[in-house]
Amino acid sequence: MFHWLEKNPFFFAVAVFVVIAFAGLIEILPNFAQASRPVIGTKPYTTLELAGRHVYIKNSCNACHSQLIRPFKSETDRYGHYSLSGEYAYDRPFLWGSKRTGPDLHRVGNYRTTDWHENHMKDPAAVVPGSIMPAYTWMFKNTADIDTAYAEQLTVMKAFAVPYNKELPMADGSKVTVALADTVEGARASALEEAKVIAVDMKDQDVKDAVAAGQVPEIVALIAYLNSLK
Amino acid sequence: MENRPLEYDYTVAKWFMLSTIVLGIVGMLVGVILAWEMAFPAVNTIAGSGLAEYTNFSRLRPLHTDAVIFGFTLSGIFSTWYYIGQRVLKVSMAESKFLMFLGKLHFALYLLVVVAVVGSLLLGITTSKEYAEFEWPIDIAVVVVWVTWGMGIFGLIGIRREKSLYISIWYYIATFLGIAMLYLFNNMEIPTYFASGGIGAWYHSVSMYSGTNDALVQWWYGHNAVAFGFTVPIVAMIYYFLPKESGQAVYSYKLSLLAFWGLMFVYLWAGGHHLLFSTVPDWMQTMGSVFSVVLILPSWGSAINMLLTMKGEWQQVAASPLIKFMVLASTFYMFSTLEGPIQAIKSVNALAHFTDWIVGHVHDGTLGWVGFMIMAALFHMAPRVFKREIYSKSLMGTQFWIQTLGVVLYFTSMWIAGITQGMMWRAHDEFGNLAYSFIDTVAVLHPYFTIRAVGGTLYLVGMLLFAFNMYKTMTSSRRVEESELQNASPMGA
Repeated sequence: MFHWLEKNPFFFAVAVFVVIAFAGLIEILPNFAQASRPVIGTKPYTTLELAGRHVYIKNSCNACHSQLIRPFKSETDRYGHYSLSGEYAYDRPFLWGSKRTGPDLHRVGNYRTTDWHENHMKDPAAVVPGSIMPAYTWMFKNTADIDTAYAEQLTVMKAFAVPYNKELPMADGSKVTVALADTVEGARASALEEAKVIAVDMKDQDVKDAVAAGQVPEIVALIAYLNSLK
Repeated sequence: MENRPLEYDYTVAKWFMLSTIVLGIVGMLVGVILAWEMAFPAVNTIAGSGLAEYTNFSRLRPLHTDAVIFGFTLSGIFSTWYYIGQRVLKVSMAESKFLMFLGKLHFALYLLVVVAVVGSLLLGITTSKEYAEFEWPIDIAVVVVWVTWGMGIFGLIGIRREKSLYISIWYYIATFLGIAMLYLFNNMEIPTYFASGGIGAWYHSVSMYSGTNDALVQWWYGHNAVAFGFTVPIVAMIYYFLPKESGQAVYSYKLSLLAFWGLMFVYLWAGGHHLLFSTVPDWMQTMGSVFSVVLILPSWGSAINMLLTMKGEWQQVAASPLIKFMVLASTFYMFSTLEGPIQAIKSVNALAHFTDWIVGHVHDGTLGWVGFMIMAALFHMAPRVFKREIYSKSLMGTQFWIQTLGVVLYFTSMWIAGITQGMMWRAHDEFGNLAYSFIDTVAVLHPYFTIRAVGGTLYLVGMLLFAFNMYKTMTSSRRVEESELQNASPMGA
């Protein structure tokens, strides 16, 4: 049979394809049938948080930081409850990372604050002596791309029925609605409102001035995102 | 009397040889910069704080991985295809104007994609998925490049004189099909600009999969991009170049059959080992773990087949630096394909995952196996393509030892770093509290990061020697006759 295949490239290619496609069919499809469902308390990202997530991705934070707490005592002691599948239901793409040059960030919002992040992103070694993380000073100057974040929100709402503007149950029994504006102008305005809340806790005068002038620096969006990781 | 040999047309092979060398230097240089940045963070702002955005670790990291995978390695794969393909199918590209055009188009489009990738990654335009960072416009271009190559492969096979496909061709076909399938499925994404009616950046997209599903598809891709980029086509090369250079027949046809079909079947299952202890279903994790261990069989099948091909001719390893490169490459292949399955065992993975041990594993595979094999392939091709002898044998020997030392420094330091950090992360004191803060586990790595950076730098120095040797071979080496090109490549002192 093999000699015959080696003389018939078409059937050879078909045979190779069947053999390699087999594993994917069995391993991947079943999980898709049972699509990722959110756990109680998981909500979609707000416009500013999503813009911050884009800043996170733009600077490949995931190259050094994981967002996946494994079910070991040493990890739950250090980072909090181990990660659950449903908590990632609105993560497109997933940001688990594959290397922990720095600590895990999946629940960083539980134990770090806005001003901690501000100081740390400006000069990591000043906050954590011995840190090898580079400073991210340009995030204080660059403006976050709110429009693209809004476009992504609209897309996932339409294509994947992500529940914006819907009441969602929280773990404590309350209900929360993540609002999505009808227009891009509305999205910019609501992102700016969120940004003002963050900027109050920040010291950098340029950032405060920018927010007062209606701009959202990347650092503000990033901190909004990091604070949302709980 | 023999017939007059075919005049093979190596134009496209030559072009890809050049891009292999240039992109190899770029990718490895970026890697070396990254290594020094981890050892000495001040290197992050080496071009001044104004340019720090473009020189800091996290922005450069995808550029390093993509430049060595899709730049250096892929160019090497294409280059060897345009060389080996003609020779084992016994047909010249010059015989078909169409195939010649496709080959040239392939190279031109490939270069365009390279430029787009470098530019977009520096600007931070990325999907974040490892080895699939490109946004949708580049993804489409990649598909076009790939299909162009595929048409070239099957076109050449279509007009072949040698009816039986040689082993290397099996592996090239598998490379083409495997990457095509993986790349398409992993990059399913929706351009947000169009879906939202023209809002935001036109190049931005959002993944069709979310959370755990996204991770599953990504590592099915990520792991098997290694399979079909770093294993399958490199095996294609060694099955051709080692027997050619040594004048020995492949040790066992049956073993090559077993290794090929075994590899095809088993490799795809093993992707789950990247997701052990994550939120993907437990049975998939176990499958990933089990199949990773099974994977030793077909991997070692090829490697042993190659080593036994040298049976009775081991003096060639001492005599020829080119044989040295290939024998060490298959040795590193064995080593790396044993180390990988060990890391895929759940209890080992609990320690190794997220640490530098994984980085070390990747690099003994890529530097030792992929890098050495591609450079050996180019060394073997150069005299036949440029009709000149290899410029300097002693320089080749020097390069071999410098790079071998570099690889050894690299993986040993990363072993120690990874296992040290993994042990420190999990250490508890007698009261059950964590023994170390995270930064303690980083500070302890400094010496190993430094050794690694030295190792990487040595490898880059070797790469520069390689480039110099190739340049002199192309331009000013002694011209050779066809009769000198039977087996062992002609080399100058």
